[in-house]
Amino acid sequence: MLDNTATSSTNPKMSARDVKVFYGDKQAIKGVSIDIDMDNVVAFIGPSGCGKSTFLRTLNRMNDTIPIARVEGDITLDGENIYSSKMDVVQLRARVGMVFQKPNPFPKSIYDNVAYGARIHGLAPNKAELDQIVENSLVRAGLWNEVKDRLSDSGTALSGGQQQRLCIARAIAVDPEVILMDEPCSALDPIATAKIEELIHELRGRYAIVIVTHNMQQAARVSQKTAFFHLGTMVEYGDTSDIFTNPREERTRDYITGRYG
Amino acid sequence: MTSTAILFLIAGLGLITWVFARARAGRFIQQGAASVHSLPSYHGWYAAMWAVVPAILFMLVWSTVAPALGSYAVLESPLAAQLPTDAFERAAILSEARSLSRNPDVKVFNDAARELAPLYADADRNYAMIGALAAFLLCFAGAAYAFTRIRPDFRARTQVERTVMLALLLASLIAILATLGIVASLIFETVRFFNLVSPFEFLFGLQWNPSDKVVDGQATGFGAVPLFWGTVFIGAIIAMLVAIPLGLMSAIYLTQYASANVRKWMKPILEILAGVPTVVYGYFAALTVAPALRSFAVAIGITDASSESALAAGLVMGVMIIPFVSSMADDSIAAVPGSMRDGSLAMGATKSETIKQVLIPAALPGVVGGVLLAVSRAIGETMIVVMAAGLAANLTANPFASVTTVTTQIVQLLTGDTDFNSPMTLAAFALGLTLFIVTLLLNIVALQIVKKYREAYD
Ligand SMILES: Nc1ncnc2c1ncn2[C@@H]1O[C@H](COP(=O)(O)OP(=O)(O)O)[C@@H](O)[C@H]1O
Ligand SMILES: [Mg+2]
Repeated sequence: MLDNTATSSTNPKMSARDVKVFYGDKQAIKGVSIDIDMDNVVAFIGPSGCGKSTFLRTLNRMNDTIPIARVEGDITLDGENIYSSKMDVVQLRARVGMVFQKPNPFPKSIYDNVAYGARIHGLAPNKAELDQIVENSLVRAGLWNEVKDRLSDSGTALSGGQQQRLCIARAIAVDPEVILMDEPCSALDPIATAKIEELIHELRGRYAIVIVTHNMQQAARVSQKTAFFHLGTMVEYGDTSDIFTNPREERTRDYITGRYG
Repeated sequence: MTSTAILFLIAGLGLITWVFARARAGRFIQQGAASVHSLPSYHGWYAAMWAVVPAILFMLVWSTVAPALGSYAVLESPLAAQLPTDAFERAAILSEARSLSRNPDVKVFNDAARELAPLYADADRNYAMIGALAAFLLCFAGAAYAFTRIRPDFRARTQVERTVMLALLLASLIAILATLGIVASLIFETVRFFNLVSPFEFLFGLQWNPSDKVVDGQATGFGAVPLFWGTVFIGAIIAMLVAIPLGLMSAIYLTQYASANVRKWMKPILEILAGVPTVVYGYFAALTVAPALRSFAVAIGITDASSESALAAGLVMGVMIIPFVSSMADDSIAAVPGSMRDGSLAMGATKSETIKQVLIPAALPGVVGGVLLAVSRAIGETMIVVMAAGLAANLTANPFASVTTVTTQIVQLLTGDTDFNSPMTLAAFALGLTLFIVTLLLNIVALQIVKKYREAYD
């Protein structure tokens, strides 16, 4: 494989080596290696069906919930293999949070949505601390001012953009180290999208962030590193500015310039 | 000629009309008419309809009118002038004469009837003849009319479609009209019942001890509260205590834990359980469960345990309802978007935490709707309670005691030879109406909840 598939940062938060994913007999990911560090937002781009979501879901073992899915290769979080039997998947998912394509708040109050993870993982010994966690998370997700007077309203009553920020608040309430976002803006209007992008800027540095997007402008706006996927392989991975101005691979160039996808 | 033969003949004529009309329309196409609107077969159907439908409608009407005309003709005859003037006697003789004219072996008590019978036979024969002739005439007239309308630009297809639509509408109206008729008769008889027993006494009285005795225009012993209680105790409490947890748990297992293979086996088996005739559950309850419960009760020191018990009926009814609750809950849980489940799992929640905290709350409205439908089913259930609950109208919360239900008492009140006008018979209608109203309300509320819930996730 080309050496550009794995960038060698000195101390990666997560790193994947030769990861392969199968759905039954069908191979969806054909040997991907990548390092993800704390300082950069990483964008996954590529035509739909190329395996971006599939690969993203290997990073917090969400593929475990699909009975026919099978993962090979090594993925580490702080040097620990997340697929080893010693890894507790509940702990892993608390450390590697996820935001989905369609906002999926629980049919509970705004407060209970954000408190959900903290309660499950027993993070708050008392009500005051839980309140604090909820407030901090909503503040960080840029939603506090909009909802502070109606925390007991149902989360599903919010607008789409607010719901998505609620889901982000819910994810950061358990204080994760990595946040995975799978096309978090594809169901939102431009204004809501801009808010999420702004939020990603603010969250950078505190969390390692991976965002899947099929919108190349978005990748250019929010990320420092970009990985281009095609047909289950990672074709190219590098600084976002390089990928967009001076890609090394023919296929990347074709995709960026809109030749296909 | 019998009416069956006439019907066959008319049908035959319809077929012939179909063939000829079709051929005639087909010729237009062969002759190359510029624009033929409908296919030949539509012309065929159109003409056949005209030949058959008016004739058959006429025969239907005639079959009700002809006997009256026959009687009228007989009464006009000189023989009838000698009949007694007393209306009752007269009617008796006339009806005997009529039966005799149809079946010579019938036993008669009035000799006058024997003389009148041939008159009846004659009159009936004449009117049958007239009817048959008129029917054939209508058949031919209809066919002829349709024939004159067959032209290349005639929209036979539209006409046929409209007739089909009308026929379907009529079919659906029949079901609705039947329901309305049943409800109307329930209401009518209930009003008569409430002339004998005050609605207040019926709905809130604690003594159920029905008898046919009417004193001062009032009947006593029709306080239905013990029946309502028995119905609720068995159908809404004991049965649901069994059906809700078991149904819900089996739905959760099937939707969340079972592999595709297991689901493939278990779902049909559950559905078979729903298809077992209730009478089978009934004797299972009466012959197996009730005696076992009684010995159990005696063993743990309950001396007044009856051989028919609320518990036996309720348990078996609960088992009967499990598949119903399970499949409603199954649908509701399956309707919760998978993204909700993924969201919870991605937070690090375990499977059972996800089920308890996200899936069930999200599916709850649908489950509640399903449970209400199940309750409405349970309280209308008859066979199991008739066989296993007993007849004693006890107002007790002891599950080992015998209680009775609304449906059981309806059966009880209507079996045996009771007078149709007696308070006991009428009480059955009042009970039926009450049951109908309660189940109707339950169904409306339940369906409303389920519908709202479905909309929430669309
Ligand atoms: N649950 C699944 N079962 C079977 N095949 C799947 C499943 N999810 C995704 N795939 C297949 O894996 C490939 C990659 O899909 P995905 O990761 O969703 O692509 P992307 O997110 O880049 O659009 C596709 O061919 C898709 O059909
Ligand atoms: Mg995707």
